[in-house]
Amino acid sequence: MHLNASRRVLVEVANHPRFPDPHAEEALQEALQEALQEAPASGRLPGLTAIRLVRTYDLSGAGLEREGALDTARSLLADPVVEALSLEGPLRFPEGDPAAVVWIRFHPGVMDPVGLSAEGALKRRGYEGIRVVTGQKVLLYGAGSFEADRVRSLVARTLANPVVEEILLGPEIPPPHKAPTPYRFQRVEVDLLGADNARLEAINQAYQCSLNRVEMAAIRDFFKAENRAPTDVELLTLAQTWSEHCKHKTFRSCIEMDGEVIDGLLQSTVFQATRTLNRPDCLSVFKDNAGVIAFDDDHGIAFKVETHNHPSAIEPYGGAGTGIGGVIRDVLGTGLGARPFLNTDVFCFAPTDMDPADLPRGTLHPRTLLRGVVAGVRDYGNRMGIPTASGALYFEKRYVGNPVVYCGCLGILPRSMVEKAARPGDRVVSIGGRTGRDGIGGATFSSVQLTSESEVVSATSVQIGNPIMEKRVMEGLLRARDEGLYHAVTDCGAGGLSSAVGEMGEDLGARVELSEVPLKYPGLSAAEIWLSEAQERMVLAVAPGNMPRLHAIMDLEGVEVSDLGHFTDDKRLRLTYEGQEVCDLPMAFLHDGAPSVRRKATWTQPEVPEPVIPEGEDMDLNKVLCRVLAMPDIASKEWVIRQYDHEVQGGSVVKPLQGTACEGPGDGVVVRPLLSSPRGVAVASGMNPHQGDLDPYHMAVNAVDEALRNLAAVGCPPDRAALLDNFTWGNPDRPEVLGALVRASRGCHDAAVAFGAPFVSGKDSLNNEFAHEGETITIPCTLLISAMGVLDDASVAVTLDLKGPGNRLYLAGWTRCELGASHLHLLHGAAGGRIPRVDLNRAPVLLDRAASTVRQGLALSAHDLSEGGLAVALAEMAFSGGMGVEVDLDRIPVPEGEALRPHEALFSESPTRLLFEVSETKAEALEAHWADLPLACIGTTREAEILIVRDGKGKSILEAPITDLKKAWQTPLI
Amino acid sequence: MSRIRALVLRAAGTNCEHETAHALEAAGAAPAILHLKEIQAAPDPLDEAAMVVFPGGFSYGDDLGAGRIQAEEIRATFLEPLQALVRRGGLVLGICNGFQVLVKLGLLPGPIPGQKPGQKPDQKPDSGPTESSNPSVSLTWNNSGRYEDRWVHLEVSARKSPFLAALSERIHLPVAHAEGKFVVRTPAILAGLEAGGQVALRYVDPEGNPAGFPWNPNGSTGHVAGITDATGRILGLMPHPERNAAPLHHPSPGRGNRRERPDGLAFFMSAVDSLRRGL
Repeated sequence: MHLNASRRVLVEVANHPRFPDPHAEEALQEALQEALQEAPASGRLPGLTAIRLVRTYDLSGAGLEREGALDTARSLLADPVVEALSLEGPLRFPEGDPAAVVWIRFHPGVMDPVGLSAEGALKRRGYEGIRVVTGQKVLLYGAGSFEADRVRSLVARTLANPVVEEILLGPEIPPPHKAPTPYRFQRVEVDLLGADNARLEAINQAYQCSLNRVEMAAIRDFFKAENRAPTDVELLTLAQTWSEHCKHKTFRSCIEMDGEVIDGLLQSTVFQATRTLNRPDCLSVFKDNAGVIAFDDDHGIAFKVETHNHPSAIEPYGGAGTGIGGVIRDVLGTGLGARPFLNTDVFCFAPTDMDPADLPRGTLHPRTLLRGVVAGVRDYGNRMGIPTASGALYFEKRYVGNPVVYCGCLGILPRSMVEKAARPGDRVVSIGGRTGRDGIGGATFSSVQLTSESEVVSATSVQIGNPIMEKRVMEGLLRARDEGLYHAVTDCGAGGLSSAVGEMGEDLGARVELSEVPLKYPGLSAAEIWLSEAQERMVLAVAPGNMPRLHAIMDLEGVEVSDLGHFTDDKRLRLTYEGQEVCDLPMAFLHDGAPSVRRKATWTQPEVPEPVIPEGEDMDLNKVLCRVLAMPDIASKEWVIRQYDHEVQGGSVVKPLQGTACEGPGDGVVVRPLLSSPRGVAVASGMNPHQGDLDPYHMAVNAVDEALRNLAAVGCPPDRAALLDNFTWGNPDRPEVLGALVRASRGCHDAAVAFGAPFVSGKDSLNNEFAHEGETITIPCTLLISAMGVLDDASVAVTLDLKGPGNRLYLAGWTRCELGASHLHLLHGAAGGRIPRVDLNRAPVLLDRAASTVRQGLALSAHDLSEGGLAVALAEMAFSGGMGVEVDLDRIPVPEGEALRPHEALFSESPTRLLFEVSETKAEALEAHWADLPLACIGTTREAEILIVRDGKGKSILEAPITDLKKAWQTPLI
Repeated sequence: MSRIRALVLRAAGTNCEHETAHALEAAGAAPAILHLKEIQAAPDPLDEAAMVVFPGGFSYGDDLGAGRIQAEEIRATFLEPLQALVRRGGLVLGICNGFQVLVKLGLLPGPIPGQKPGQKPDQKPDSGPTESSNPSVSLTWNNSGRYEDRWVHLEVSARKSPFLAALSERIHLPVAHAEGKFVVRTPAILAGLEAGGQVALRYVDPEGNPAGFPWNPNGSTGHVAGITDATGRILGLMPHPERNAAPLHHPSPGRGNRRERPDGLAFFMSAVDSLRRGL
């Protein structure tokens, strides 16, 4: 065919009509569902009967003129059996002429991984100079009123995300984006020296420094003493380095709480526990990108958990994907690099059945968020070849404007590689993806004269990941690590090169030439290059003599290597652009110059009387149990878990889906990071955001208990576990919010010390609030405790499902009437009540005993009691094993003086409790093992597939077929 | 006894190479993991190799469809040595993404006896089915439209492939893919594959009968989970034998399920044994 004058070809690819297209069908269902549910007239498309989805590849460039280019494109871009392809005009379908045509494509500057892959494939086949921009064409069929506004509105809510994509109404092919304008260097100085407070604040706002007045004044005074104005790059570098995200100012600040002074919250709580315990197997704590504990004599395990809340709120797919991508890089950048072997994820959303009419403006529906976040983690984690196997979901309406997205990653590294240090003379080398405006607040840069005018600015605060690039980086990096080619490595995360180079060169000094940084597209200013949060980049400190070998390794993987400068010994950060200086700061001021902040905190124990549950004594326990099982915190997460490759790398031992049908909800997961070793790593988490309103201290202790009892259930005792803390909180400028943070931190400290489980890493994300019609919604106190522990022999771990009829069922631990924030209360909308409390004297002994019970092979199954208490745990063990169970409530261990009514015994969420299934032959040994601790045989397993609970008089108070229970529990999440 | 040399080939995005090599080693082979680029640079890349394995993963991100880019790379540079390996009695195995690569490359199912050789595929969507047979099959999106990881029951339907020769009638392996639905251009193609013993593995329910979702996890035509070429020397399958190659791999332990020789290990041992005996 002939190329048109603009050397542009639009290729259309779609499923051949003889094969159903599941994505088009899903889109149609979603569109119809939207139309029914949402009902604002503007978004409805009555009469919509079919949707066809067409992938578009916009090819352009001189390379297209080469002989065979289009044939190669044809063979690359479509499957000849399943798909239809057209290079010459629109594809036609049996439905005839569409009623509306919509084009969707990325805004300029947004990462287009598929386009890059296509360009790479063409290039490797000898066709250089062809640019590929991917997009989608949506054909809507039907006989209704297909007004442009309605079509646009529907597509914006179902098939496209306007934050990263533009929606153009057809049928004409949209014109190509304009090429960005090249950047011409200009040194920008900020007029700070004579600034008064008002002017300082104006500058703070204009540059989006997010610094307070004292900090801005400290910067002004520093430059006054230097007798010069700072450059834009210097100001922004300081703002980045001093940011809450990088410095954890709140956790390091001096806090005045109700007359008491706390000098350094982190130091005096979480980290103090680690110091007190001083466990020799903690190899690296709170100093590197992840905490590291010993795995065996030769290896250590690194674990890090991060949040990615704000990006996920506006673009869930890209936000969650880059969240997992970022935490994987943290692990790759721990020590000299750890090989990731497990991902974890924990999400909090508003309830997915929320009425769209109640949705605050500017927020996405929780269903959309959940779907997008899961897809983001799925597509990134699966493509990296790292199993995502441990996680949880929580639902609470205060997450509506501010969802919480935690992503974690564990890696393994040689113990000899835990330490790292760049040396003077080492090259500053970046590897991986190219730099664009990704992650730079578009507004920052467009409101001040930082950047050449460019249309690329708009959509850039959102990041889209390119997992295959990160996979290449990982393979190359680990190979270079094993050959000893570099002295230090860190990832480019928040703050991009500025924080990576700033951190690595903190004790040395560094010089960087910013024009050496390879760019995705022209037009980035020096400041943008330095601060860009473009994904999939790592920074290495490489001895000059190792550069050729590093290039060879990275060439094999297809990873770009850029030599940006070198580390010095002058303890200054000096940056140039085309040789002209844009930054010259002493490292000391950059890292230690921030004035310490003093904050006020307060805490008042709320009055929380025991609420009255409407049904009270007469509740139908069968019905209540089914309803509790269907609550989204408790209900099956199979829909999520199956989308993750939770078995890649071949190390999974205890999997997240367990039981005869592989559907049951496991406690901890166990993974073997080295296939040649019997050792396993057990991983679990604990969290209960509902309890924060009652008392953040006990919430924190309960979270630690939950994480550790999950590990105990697979055989790992608390004093071989290590913990991570992730605080996601509201605005700490408000004393009561900060007071809650202090209480929770103290809970972390006390629990860690009592259990002998140190914290090795942590992170905080503050200011998680959403302003809506003059009202601020603060999220619940959201503390995630993640736990890992090493099992010498992974094969000892057991799963939760009942293994056979005629076995005994034992309950370990005291049950008290502790229904505060329980799911029974939540179900009835009842606030308040007695919060569950951990007995920190007994709990460590009890969990240790639980773990040894499993390790000694005394139990066939083990399951911890958590959300929904005893009733839910019994049901889960029964339906996961496909058999029944009969228990006597009168036999459950209860402390002296505590009398429980049936619904209290069944649904109390008292901590530190586990159920064990034990064969008759092991019963005596088990009882001896637990002689000094609360443990009782409460029932037996039965072939008949019924859960029966009797009161003390033998009367059946709950009798439900396990198929009913399972059905309730399998209530779809979305 | 000389060890059977197995090359496990990786490209950007391949991610099951380590556990695949580990399973091969456990089965008695001597595996080596090599990047496709390293292989392409060698003068006689498959010299001394008795087996080439394309492991699972997301080669090039599945960005233009699973396996497509890697297939095109191999077609351009590496097809002839692979075919030569097969001619001299070597084995080619594609697992999951590797199966997708072999299918997109046309090595699977290859020419089907009794079928007319293919004509250039027709790509106009409104023109209905055509007579062409090459490429005759493909692997496309699961009916669910999503990636799914689950354990499946499989029937060994034909034993041309040495990997399947010594297996029991039914085996248990996990699948983990988004684009694993086996489709054929025309019904006659499936009939031809069946008649020629090229349908190697089928999804079945726990009782061994063909059944719908979730037993057939992706909606594959004819419940096909794996096929061979006409000679049986090339095998591709969506399930992952390397993920059931150690006793601890089984997803529901505690019922005597942790066997010393799980199905995945038996799969690799069968091939290694057969190559050793020169079959």
